[in-house]
Amino acid sequence: MLGPLDYFLWITSFLLEAWVVFQVISSRSFARYYPVALYMFSAALVECVHYVCITRFGVSSPQYHFVYFCTGTLLTILLFWVIIQFYQQAFSGLNIRRYIRGGAAILILATALFSCVAVRAHNGRLTQQFAVEFGQDLYFVGVVLTYLLWAVILYFRETRARLVHLVLALGVYFSGTAASYALRNLFPSLHTSFQWALPILGTLLPLAWACTFWKVPEDSRILAYQLAGRTP
Amino acid sequence: MIAALICVFSFVAFLQFFVSYCHAALVSTRHAELSDRVREIAGIAGKTVAPQDFGRLLQFLWLCPGENFHIWQVRAVALYYQFLGVINRLCRVLFPSAAAWADQGRQDCSQFAAVVLDRRIARMQDLLARQARNPI
Repeated sequence: MLGPLDYFLWITSFLLEAWVVFQVISSRSFARYYPVALYMFSAALVECVHYVCITRFGVSSPQYHFVYFCTGTLLTILLFWVIIQFYQQAFSGLNIRRYIRGGAAILILATALFSCVAVRAHNGRLTQQFAVEFGQDLYFVGVVLTYLLWAVILYFRETRARLVHLVLALGVYFSGTAASYALRNLFPSLHTSFQWALPILGTLLPLAWACTFWKVPEDSRILAYQLAGRTP
Repeated sequence: MIAALICVFSFVAFLQFFVSYCHAALVSTRHAELSDRVREIAGIAGKTVAPQDFGRLLQFLWLCPGENFHIWQVRAVALYYQFLGVINRLCRVLFPSAAAWADQGRQDCSQFAAVVLDRRIARMQDLLARQARNPI
């Protein structure tokens, strides 16, 4: 049974995701950030699918669990595509676009294949423990990818404030989610204590991205020492 | 074992990303000039705002009406200020450089609060001036 806070987070996430899509289009950044807009559009669509599933089958039904698990995995893979797009932007000065695209294709295909195999192997018995372990591994790949991207940004002294904000928000989301899954895996008895972590983190990502597109102009710059919190 | 490693690595990465995100968000107000009006109201004597001024600035902010969006921003910054305060207290003896870094972050938070207060006061004065020009 869902409570008022569940509904609040649900509606807030949906509105924020729609807002990000609107912000990307209205700030004329669609050509540069179309993966972000597509990811947020898909996430908003998934919220609607979840709603239909819950009203039709109920929140504790196996159908809803299966849809929740599959759509979550697909969205994470889509988020990897967003990271790859950020990599391309960070490396835009160098002529290695082809290699990034190749590496990205391999990574996304391998993740999708691994997910398919894992889901097929556990078909009909998608246990809570399996879902937690799978989520932990998938999000950890995201943490590593974002961390490497952050290292690249610092190494090349990237100054585009919007890109920096987007990557940092993504890093907070991936690392927070991976840590939450890992804690749930380590301490299964504390499952109820962590039940709000994922929805809250899922709401914070579109919020941070919407604020970035709203408040940080494309030509805004940020310096390395400012990110480290030092004075020049 | 793997879950524990993932947990530790993700938590450290989370802290690093969170702190960098907060720094990036506070950069826009770091070099903003404060008006004499806000300096006088908040009792800011020096050229820069002191880290300890944050609490007083926050009290003035709650007294001054403004947009709801800024309330959420200020609450997030207040949370970050408290987090830095804990780091500052923990590291003061053993790691003075980390304590100084946290203090710099707290100063950025105070500067942010002062800039938001300045904007709110300017907006209120503008509204009052407009009302005085066009009384109902």
